[in-house]
Amino acid sequence: MAPQTYSICTRDLNLWYGDFQALKKISVDIRASCVTALIGPSGCGKTSLLRCFNRINERYGNVRTTGEISILGKNVYDEDVSLSELRKTVGMVFQRPNPLPISIYENVLFGLRVHTRHNAINKSQRDELVETALSDVFLWQDVKDKLQSKATLLTLEQQQKLCIARLLPLKPRVILMDEPCSALDAEGTQAIETLIDTLKERYTIVIVTHNMSQAARTSEECIYMLLGEVIEHGKTKTIFLKPQRKETEMYIEGRYG
Amino acid sequence: MATITGNLNERPTPARRGTSSLQRLGELAIESLIRLCGYSAILFVFGIFFFVFREGAPMLFGGLDLLKFFTSTDWNPVSKTPSYGILGLLAGTASVTVLSMALAVPLGLGAAVFVSEFCSPKIKEALKIAIEMLAAIPSIVWGFIAYMMLNPLIIWATGAPVGLNVLNASIILALMSVPVIVSVGEDALKAVPDSYREAALALGASRWEIVYRVLFPAAKNGLLAAVLLGIGRAIGETMAVLMATGNANQIPTSPLDRVQTLTATIAAELGEAVQGDDHYRVLFVIGILLFVIAFVVNLSADLIVRGIRGKQNA
Repeated sequence: MAPQTYSICTRDLNLWYGDFQALKKISVDIRASCVTALIGPSGCGKTSLLRCFNRINERYGNVRTTGEISILGKNVYDEDVSLSELRKTVGMVFQRPNPLPISIYENVLFGLRVHTRHNAINKSQRDELVETALSDVFLWQDVKDKLQSKATLLTLEQQQKLCIARLLPLKPRVILMDEPCSALDAEGTQAIETLIDTLKERYTIVIVTHNMSQAARTSEECIYMLLGEVIEHGKTKTIFLKPQRKETEMYIEGRYG
Repeated sequence: MATITGNLNERPTPARRGTSSLQRLGELAIESLIRLCGYSAILFVFGIFFFVFREGAPMLFGGLDLLKFFTSTDWNPVSKTPSYGILGLLAGTASVTVLSMALAVPLGLGAAVFVSEFCSPKIKEALKIAIEMLAAIPSIVWGFIAYMMLNPLIIWATGAPVGLNVLNASIILALMSVPVIVSVGEDALKAVPDSYREAALALGASRWEIVYRVLFPAAKNGLLAAVLLGIGRAIGETMAVLMATGNANQIPTSPLDRVQTLTATIAAELGEAVQGDDHYRVLFVIGILLFVIAFVVNLSADLIVRGIRGKQNA
C-alpha cells in the first residue's frame, strides 16, 4: 500500500497503567481521509488507544508503552519527535466540551498563539482565520457578534463545535474524538455528526463512541476492541451486518457491553 | 432554663423514645455548646471592635484634628503641647508593606505554581509541610532573625550604619507572608478544572505556556485574593517589625532608611501612656484605623474569591 493510504499505523502496541495492561499487542492501520470508529464495552482500552495517538496519556506518570505508532509515516515514539508538533498535527476533541475560559476569538487562536511567533500573523489574517474556522463548524452565524464574550458561556453544543474549530487553524491531519457527543442532547449530537461528515474529506478522524448507532451513522470503518485487544477491524457495514467474530456479533447485538 | 424547655418542646423525637431524658439533656447541652462555639467568632470580632472603639472614640470625635492626624509627620504625644500626626507612621507601614509584597508576591506565586503544577507528589508533600512550618514560626522568632542575622548581613552587604530598616523588615515580612500566598494561591490553581490543562496540552502547549496562558487567566481572582491576604498579614504584623525597622518616625527615602510602623507604635507606647489620657486614646484611634484597613483588605479578598465561585456556577 502507498503510505498515504493510512494515516495511523500501530505495531505491537502495549500500554500499562502501573501493573495493569490496558492495551495488548495492538496492530491496526487507520485509513486516511475516512472516519474510523473505536467501539467496545467500557474499559476495553479504546480511549487509551486514542490517547496514545497524540501521546496525551503520558501526562499521568505511571503510563508505560512499548511498540510503535506511526502517524503519517513517522513513529511518534522516536527521540526527535516534538510533542508540540505532534499535537499540532493530531488534534483532539474531548468527551466534555472544554473551551478555555477566555474569549471565543482567543479560543480559536489559542493553538496558533502557541505555535507561531508573537505577531507573526497580523490582525486581518487572524480575523480571517477565526471566521474560516468558525464557519467550517457552522458556528460563525451564531457567534459572529459576540466573539469577545467568554467561550464558557456558550451552550454545550456550541462549545463542542468551538473545540473542533480551534483545531482547524493549526491545519491538523488527524482529529481524535473521544465520545464527542456524550455530553450533548439529541440535537447537539446530530449537529456534531453532520459536522464530522463534512470534515472527513479533509481530515482523518478517529472517534471513540459508546453509541452503536452513532458508529454506524458516522464511520466508514470500525475497530471493535475487548479487554485491551483488537477483536475485529473492517468496514462498518461488514462489522454490523456480517461480523466475523462471535464476540463482535454479541456486542453489536447488545448482548453485553 | 426557658430556652432549654423551649428546645425540648420543639423536638419531640419519636426515634429517641427509648433514650433516657438524661441522655437527651446531655446531647442538647453538647449541641448548644457547639453552636455557641460557632457563633463566638462573630461575638469576638464585634467585641474586640467595640472595646477598641470605646477607648478611641472620645478622642476620635472630640479633640483630634483628623486632617492633621493624617497629614502631619509630627508625632509628639508626650510634649507639653502634644501633636498627633501619623503620616510618618503611615509611610513606615506603607513602605514596609509595599517592599515586602514586591518580594513576597513573585516568590509566593512562583512557589504556588511550582507546588501545584510542576513538582512530583512526593516533593509536593515535603514542600507543603515546610511551608506550613514557615507559617508556624512565632513572630518574635522572626524578630530575632531580623535582629541577629539580617541586621549584620545588611550592614555587610550595603555598608549602611544600621541594618534595622525598611529592607530588613520587608524581607522578614515577605518571608512571613509567603506561606499565606502559597497556600491560598495553590488552592486557586488547584481549583482550575483539569480539562483546561488537557485542552491546552492537546493543542501543543508546553507546561509553562499552560501556566501563563491558561492557569493565570483562569485563576486570577484566587491569586489576587492570595496576594491581598499576604498584604493583610504584612500590615498587621507587629512584633517582628518592631524589632526589624529601627523605629524612627520618618518618611523613608530609601530602603535603608529606618522607619516606624503603626502597629509598632502602639506596641511600644501603650505601656507608657497614662490610661484614659489623650495619648492613650490616640493609640486606640490608630488601632481603629488598623482594624478598618484589615477589614477592607480581608473583605475585598473574600469578595474576590466569592466572585470566582459565582462566575463558575453561572
